[in-house]
Amino acid sequence: MRLNADIRKKTADFSLDIEIASDADRIGILGESGSGKSMTLRSIAGVEDISSGRIEVNGRVLYDSQTKTNLKPQKRNVGYMFQNYALFPTMSVLKNVMAGLGKPTEEKRAKAMEMLKRFRMEGLENRLPGELSGGQQQRAALARIMVTEPELILLDEPFSALDAYLRDRMQLEMTEMLKDFPGQVLMVSHSRDELYRFSEELFVLQAGRVIRHGATADVFRDPESIEAARLTGCKNFTRAEKTGDKTLRLSDWGLEVKMTKYIPDGITHAGYRAHRFVPVWGERQDNCIRFIPVREDELPFEKNYYFRPENIESDSVHADDSIISWFVQNEEQKEIDKRGLPDWLRLNEEDILLLK
Amino acid sequence: MESVTELAKSLDWSPLWISLKTGIVATVISFFLGLWAARKVIKKDYRMKSVLDGILTLPMVLPPTVAGFFLLLIFSRRRPLGMFLDDTFNLQVVHTWLGCILAATVIAFPLMYRNARAAFEQIDADLVFAGRTLGMSETSIFWRVVVPTAGPGIASGTILTFARAMGEYGATSMLAGNIPGKTGTLSQRIAMVIQDGDYVTAGFWVIVVMVIAFIAIFLINLITGKQMKNVRKW
Repeated sequence: MRLNADIRKKTADFSLDIEIASDADRIGILGESGSGKSMTLRSIAGVEDISSGRIEVNGRVLYDSQTKTNLKPQKRNVGYMFQNYALFPTMSVLKNVMAGLGKPTEEKRAKAMEMLKRFRMEGLENRLPGELSGGQQQRAALARIMVTEPELILLDEPFSALDAYLRDRMQLEMTEMLKDFPGQVLMVSHSRDELYRFSEELFVLQAGRVIRHGATADVFRDPESIEAARLTGCKNFTRAEKTGDKTLRLSDWGLEVKMTKYIPDGITHAGYRAHRFVPVWGERQDNCIRFIPVREDELPFEKNYYFRPENIESDSVHADDSIISWFVQNEEQKEIDKRGLPDWLRLNEEDILLLK
Repeated sequence: MESVTELAKSLDWSPLWISLKTGIVATVISFFLGLWAARKVIKKDYRMKSVLDGILTLPMVLPPTVAGFFLLLIFSRRRPLGMFLDDTFNLQVVHTWLGCILAATVIAFPLMYRNARAAFEQIDADLVFAGRTLGMSETSIFWRVVVPTAGPGIASGTILTFARAMGEYGATSMLAGNIPGKTGTLSQRIAMVIQDGDYVTAGFWVIVVMVIAFIAIFLINLITGKQMKNVRKW
């Protein structure tokens, strides 16, 4: 394992107990704010003390509570990009980039300039950080990290300080800028889109614990728990009960679905992504819910419908919780505009998330 | 007009030089001591912070004569520390220029300390963390990142410290006394000539003090103002 972090930390109102071990080049940590994502990064960088555990990068021990090893952040060789970039406000861009190189020499200056050039910051080297745009600040911060040649780079919500347009562009740019970086990059975010694009391996954090990890695509395909499913963007949940080897009762939606595969034991809930419903007109087919629209929202490139399932069981949750979201992209919308609202929505078997 | 030039000619200018020297030396000492103390104190936990802060701020809150009384108690040649300094280093504090500096420093130091502390506490801790992860030494982070970023607060602390140190009266008169040409500072001279009923000389000195004070503040603002491009107007 190149990164192997076992971190335990207890404070008065929070406890972090996670293990992150990965060989992947691009690792993601997905979690809501307060789930311990940033604390994890800070612990790895050594700017936050932890109670016990062990942190290893490429076989080099940065922290080990048993042998009382605790390298200073200066000695860890871990680059950290802070949420607000933490550029030194009184220093020029060039000085910022040179800050981590020790005593300034002509050679180091050239190295810093080289890095700025690579990050398309030529001509901006004498500006102060406050005189840069958000995207330029991010590039300067990354240049400042890369010039110190770290073994591991930590990105703490790197796009949250940018406005929407820039966010999309900088995500692409970030991938580009990190292309030649040989070490591992660990990115923390609450945005599933950012992490889906960025990471090969994903860890899902909830209240200081890793609730699911695996290859990013696998985690999105099978999140295994409601919390993880919700974090990966699933909108619709129902209680579920196995009624046969291949039948599952979705209690809150008043529907029994027939599957072709065997259903594992211990399933308590099911989830279904809002984009995955298939509209059906006329006759009811298998695995269909009656579509009774409650509300609709128009977005630039999609339409969101909210509907209530028929025959909600008497002990069902509140009416509001049983509202189901159906997000329709423009292509599909054209058909709906033509044929009117569908009578039924069909669930694809492979899209039903089986949750414990 | 003629009488003013005559007055300026016949005047003993020593109080001005003594006050300026005292003010500058006390400001330099307070500057470094204040930054050092502020840096130490903000790292302490809440309780320790309150205690240390109380002790360090005390000289500012106490009447200067009370501070002077304690300084006399400590540095009198009949007391252990005063005796020790006199015997080993041949240093006398009472009734010397050293006493002027000591009194001014003790009284003015809290202004430097408090301003520096407030400025440090405003700093985004991520700047310090970023410096650490980049491999910068703690000393380098402090002088190249923290102090410049806290610049405006530190500058105002320095101005106030200088103003207070230059004008110090109470503690100075008790510890250093008012020996003309030696410890006779401006404020003490003004008080003295007023007691003699010489309002013209007093008024002259008052104007000198006001001009100096204004120039000092203006200069410091000018110098630090250039480095404050990162400060936003609102």
